[in-house]
Amino acid sequence: MLFDYVNVLVFMTVGVLFLVGSLLAARLASRLLHSRIHNLDKLTNYECGERPIGGTAIQFNIRFYVIALIFVIFEVEVVFLYPWAVVFKDLGFFAFVEMSIFILILLVGLAYVWCKGDLEWVKPSEISLARERSSQEHGEILHR
Amino acid sequence: MLLVIIFTIFAAITIISAGMVAFSQNIVYSAFSLLFTFFGIAGLYVLLAADFLAATQLLIYVGGILVLLLFGVMLTHKIQEVNLSNESMRLAPAAIVVLAFLGLLSIAIYRTQWPTVPVPELTPTTARIGTLFMTDYLLPFEIASLVLLTALVGAVFIARGRVKK
Repeated sequence: MLFDYVNVLVFMTVGVLFLVGSLLAARLASRLLHSRIHNLDKLTNYECGERPIGGTAIQFNIRFYVIALIFVIFEVEVVFLYPWAVVFKDLGFFAFVEMSIFILILLVGLAYVWCKGDLEWVKPSEISLARERSSQEHGEILHR
Repeated sequence: MLLVIIFTIFAAITIISAGMVAFSQNIVYSAFSLLFTFFGIAGLYVLLAADFLAATQLLIYVGGILVLLLFGVMLTHKIQEVNLSNESMRLAPAAIVVLAFLGLLSIAIYRTQWPTVPVPELTPTTARIGTLFMTDYLLPFEIASLVLLTALVGAVFIARGRVKK
């Protein structure tokens, strides 16, 4: 059992070393290879080659938060499912009924958010409108 | 001996990143430091032979709660211009409160009898937790789902009030 965690620890250590090592290597390579030509475009945010539109710190739609909230609740449900699934075979039908009650109670919550339209996504037209508005605001800042 | 070293590493990760959460001036850095705090605590759980709790810690706190916190930061309107309330100011009142709390904690720590147990054997706990949920702790288990339902409905209700129609 302890040995399993040593495996995890080894993976973790290798992962951290890989991260730190590649960052250091990139730092070193850029120090050796970078060109000395300065221009303003180099100081902009890297957006996969696209010219960035506005800042990144825009206000996100609250819908994301609602979805994340629903996600956390049902994630907790899944965590409760896990120990049940391990012993389900030994305990038999009774455990199945118990877990069915548990899930049914939470299904009420799912039905609630579904019926109230919290799972509906924002319409594309609204998104593009909001993006236009924010890009106008941030465009002014960028051009200054 | 090896366990002590690993414990020290995880405890250091937890405490240092928790300090960064508290002292960072940028709330985004605070949120990301919290990731390492949660992670370090998960490591400590493993050392306490609570493997299921450790996995849960990673899954729910790192995977869920932290995402929720980051969304909370991202949702903040014009976060660049707002003077965030994470400034290290008001030194004198803070010092008094900290010293008082430190004293309280020290007294509590020194007066408590710390029963020591031998290093717990690392055995899988998931099956034991599952059996207990289904037998001895059935009612708390079912009530947990009611609590989750209440939390879901309440939180969504509060958050929905702010969705722009």
